[in-house]
Amino acid sequence: MSMNNQGRPSQAAMVQDNELPTISGDRGLDLEARLIFELGREGVTGVDLPDINVDDSRLHGLRRKGAIGLLGLSEPEVIRHYVRLSRQNYAIDAGLYPLGSCTMKHNPRLNEKMARLPGFGDLHPLAPSSVTQGALALIGDLMRWLTTLTGMPAVAMSPKAGAHGELCGLLAIRAAVQARGEHRDRILVPESAHGTNPATAAFAGFVVDEVPAKPDGRVDAAALKAKLGPDVAAIMLTNPNTCGLFEGEIIGIAKAVHEAGAYFYCDGANFNAIAGRVRPGDLGIDAMHINLHKTFSTPHGGGGPGAGPVVLSERLKAYAPLPLLVADGEGLRLVEDRARVPDGAKPFGRMCAFHGQMGMFVRALSYMVSHGRDGIRQASEDAVLSANYILASLKDVMSAPFGDGPCMHEALFDDTFLEGSGITTLDFAKAMIDEGYHPMTMYFPLVVHGAMLIEPTESESKESLDRFITVLRGLAEDAKAGRRERFEGAPRYAPRRRLDETAAARKPILRWKPSALPEAAE
Amino acid sequence: MRYLPLTPNDRRAMLAKIGAPDIDSLFKDVPKEAAVSLSSFDLSDTKGELEVERILSKLAARNVAAGAAPFFCGAGAYKHHVPSAVDHLIQRSEFLTSYTPYQPEISQGTLQVLFEFQTQVALLTGMEVANASLYDGSTATAEAVLMAQRLTRRSKAILSGGLHPHYAETVETVAGLAGQVTRSPVTPGRVEDIVGLIDAETACVVLQSPDVFGLIRDIKPIAEAAHARGALLIAVVTEVVSLGLLESPGAQGADVVACEGQSIGNGLNFGGPYVGLFAAKEKFLRQMPGRLCGETVDATGRRGFVLTLSTREQHIRREKATSNICTNSGLCALAFSIHLSLLGEVGLTRLARINHAKAVSLADRLARVKGVELVTPYFFNEFTLKLSKPAGDVVDALAAQHVLGGVPASRLMPHVSGARDLLIVAATETNTDEDFAKFEQVLSEVLA
Amino acid sequence: MSEMRFTDQHEWVRLDGDEATIGITRHAAEQLGDVVFVELPQAGRKVRAGAEAAVVESVKAASEVYAPVGGEVTEANTVLEAQPAKVNEDPEGAGWFFKLKISDKGQFAKLMDEAAYKEFVKGL
Repeated sequence: MSMNNQGRPSQAAMVQDNELPTISGDRGLDLEARLIFELGREGVTGVDLPDINVDDSRLHGLRRKGAIGLLGLSEPEVIRHYVRLSRQNYAIDAGLYPLGSCTMKHNPRLNEKMARLPGFGDLHPLAPSSVTQGALALIGDLMRWLTTLTGMPAVAMSPKAGAHGELCGLLAIRAAVQARGEHRDRILVPESAHGTNPATAAFAGFVVDEVPAKPDGRVDAAALKAKLGPDVAAIMLTNPNTCGLFEGEIIGIAKAVHEAGAYFYCDGANFNAIAGRVRPGDLGIDAMHINLHKTFSTPHGGGGPGAGPVVLSERLKAYAPLPLLVADGEGLRLVEDRARVPDGAKPFGRMCAFHGQMGMFVRALSYMVSHGRDGIRQASEDAVLSANYILASLKDVMSAPFGDGPCMHEALFDDTFLEGSGITTLDFAKAMIDEGYHPMTMYFPLVVHGAMLIEPTESESKESLDRFITVLRGLAEDAKAGRRERFEGAPRYAPRRRLDETAAARKPILRWKPSALPEAAE
Repeated sequence: MRYLPLTPNDRRAMLAKIGAPDIDSLFKDVPKEAAVSLSSFDLSDTKGELEVERILSKLAARNVAAGAAPFFCGAGAYKHHVPSAVDHLIQRSEFLTSYTPYQPEISQGTLQVLFEFQTQVALLTGMEVANASLYDGSTATAEAVLMAQRLTRRSKAILSGGLHPHYAETVETVAGLAGQVTRSPVTPGRVEDIVGLIDAETACVVLQSPDVFGLIRDIKPIAEAAHARGALLIAVVTEVVSLGLLESPGAQGADVVACEGQSIGNGLNFGGPYVGLFAAKEKFLRQMPGRLCGETVDATGRRGFVLTLSTREQHIRREKATSNICTNSGLCALAFSIHLSLLGEVGLTRLARINHAKAVSLADRLARVKGVELVTPYFFNEFTLKLSKPAGDVVDALAAQHVLGGVPASRLMPHVSGARDLLIVAATETNTDEDFAKFEQVLSEVLA
Repeated sequence: MSEMRFTDQHEWVRLDGDEATIGITRHAAEQLGDVVFVELPQAGRKVRAGAEAAVVESVKAASEVYAPVGGEVTEANTVLEAQPAKVNEDPEGAGWFFKLKISDKGQFAKLMDEAAYKEFVKGL
């Protein structure tokens, strides 16, 4: 069998809880939240709507016969439920969130206010363009910021997240290859790549061919070049890469890729390291998605929504998907009909309904205009400075596989320093939770053992960084000295101890089930 | 710069600790020819909040919001009233600024919300299991088609002519890679012959109800016909409030349901972000795309929740994943869940009845205007009118009179000849009698 | 029933006449952690030696199981579908994955014996 070497333990050992139990089950300000289905009751609702009758005559015999099963709550109960739930979450607003490759920077509240202006938030996507010129102009402005920062001639705005953007880029590449009458079905992907890269390549109908890394953490350019051939459609590289290092040979790689008739897709997840200092277009890329929810501060929201617009080179821009934003004598409008696109445009299709994550566009533009080009550049520099400060402050007690040279916006450690201690990366991470920190990204990238990827971003004060460093130094020293108390059975102080993920996977319980459905509501 | 906490002194001290002379030295791996100066960027410099507000407010003011005029646009995005509590709750820091719940011990808030959301979606759609959301209804539909192709090991997908054209184009773009996508004829206001297209190569039939013209479709007979040939029935719902009054797709035999959840909890937002709902029969669980939240216990035996069955997903399976999706639509799913919790069974069913009553009242009123004919005999809150003039021109004329009078079908299907005179009109609980009167009056003038 | 032979991909195989029984080794099961799901081949499927025949999933990883010898699958251990934990409890006995009718017994003879596999694991 193919062996997965991450050796990641999954079974949570049962522990004794020695605290005096309370009667309520709550503890001080640690307040439990039952399921809304356990709190809800029949006949109760939290909105006041008139109760009117309608007849069936226009319903084609398809009026619902049974109850849905939803129950109900009053407004105060709903608010209390969600407030209690929210208090069981860590968040960037509450503390440093060092998740490598996620760019957990501060989410400005001005952006939220701007997105909620009725002229943006309450605007229908298919309203006639005579009443949406301001919204279209905003999209146009954002496009200009994105293309200027990246040095690329065009950008496709509709992808709804980074992975969606990757798919968009690969589909554009596929269309370009087909337009040349060629048949290329192989994509080269470094073994350190984020999982969405090979998943997207396979999704788009390509065969994935992995390229190894060199001992210095960069992709093996020679091996990559040797794999190029007439059946290779593209390479997918992340720059800076997932080890937090700049791929110094990227221009030479791009040249070789183009000479072989292939395209260069760049994963822009780490753009926060170089925005305002380097233009990916100058490096020779053909397509790059930009995670607006990473580099441009739109909030992570517990798992989305994101936005993943894709900048495109001269070679690829013709294939940008519908709809296209065009300006003519009368103003701005969206071209949604393949038969009406401007000369030279050959859209490969449509990524989704309507035209993109406008709510995230407003937030991202608000961020960009606030920072300005000087602020964006300063933010990138501070992000890189902070990551290097952490690297320099920890590499003597923890093990950094690429600790000699500077890193970019994230610092990579592995579990070598834990060898012989019996403590794993997972244990280390869970002990961080007890210290009041969300753990860093763990077990990614796969190219080092027990990876710990730390990305502080530019939003941390020096005091915050120093405190973080002190804690990690303390944990590392405890681990190496065999002082296991902090790690065994961690976390102790979070709303839950370690959870049994094995049971969750063996016997999935994915919803609450009513014991019996109540009678229909009327 | 208000968002950047480091001071020049901090930076100096940090560089000293690193042992670097300046910030540029940390960028030493960047090739010389790729290092650019600040002045190379033709962009403005830092601005304070006041100025940013001015700039963006000016852009917003150039648009006519749905709430600023009599408003009747639908066709896949609907204006409903979202209670104030929803927007207030989703802006709590711990919901807004948290990440994907990969560390479950400190993400029980998000995880429990997802578990409740999955339950709500399963109940609404009448299905056994639902995921933790996809991007939107169109990509959910495409994912459903891909899943059907994997499950049946067949490649042909048949899309109803009543499927929202943007959804059909999305499916063609993505699912067309793995197989053949066929569309049945577009027959506004009538049922097309889709059963005749089902054969032994068919992986799935995709049927939207209510369809893009607003027509309520009977899913059951088509599900039966699909099953008889070993194909799956994928039901699509773009107006999820309809599930408060109409029979669920699950009860009618659907195997997979893909919905747009925007109507509940989420504003129009000029097209996004929205929230894709995805539900299926339990036996298809391992082929489902997207995240799944499951119940378990922690080390002291207390109930808790975790992301589970992750081995289907990109970060583990990589090129063998069921989908490439990573970030989904968490906050929009939260808004959906909160709004639905406020509504409850009583509220949602009342809301649905009000929507239907408003639409029936408006349809009958407009059908009496000279030059207007009602095309859809049965509908939920959206219907289609045939006009005596091209609907696109009519909509522009209405807009000039400050009435947002629906979506011309020709915008969605410019090459369907019968579509030119068709206007798709939605009415919801947010419409008043004054809106209706204004619409009737201006429409009569425009068509005269 | 013959002795067990092993591959460098951590599969084991026992031969009884023409019938080969295949599973993953104790070492592999320990490395994998708690098994939550197995995907087994259907009877009738022909596999070549070294080709992917099954998938075994733990919470955090999914691994391919390769056929140590080629042949036609005759039976899958469907007990594992409801009780994947058997793979951890008894990986080299009741936790077997599938049986096949071997096409070339020479392939079996070429595999590592128990002592050789133990050495191989030590050297990893």
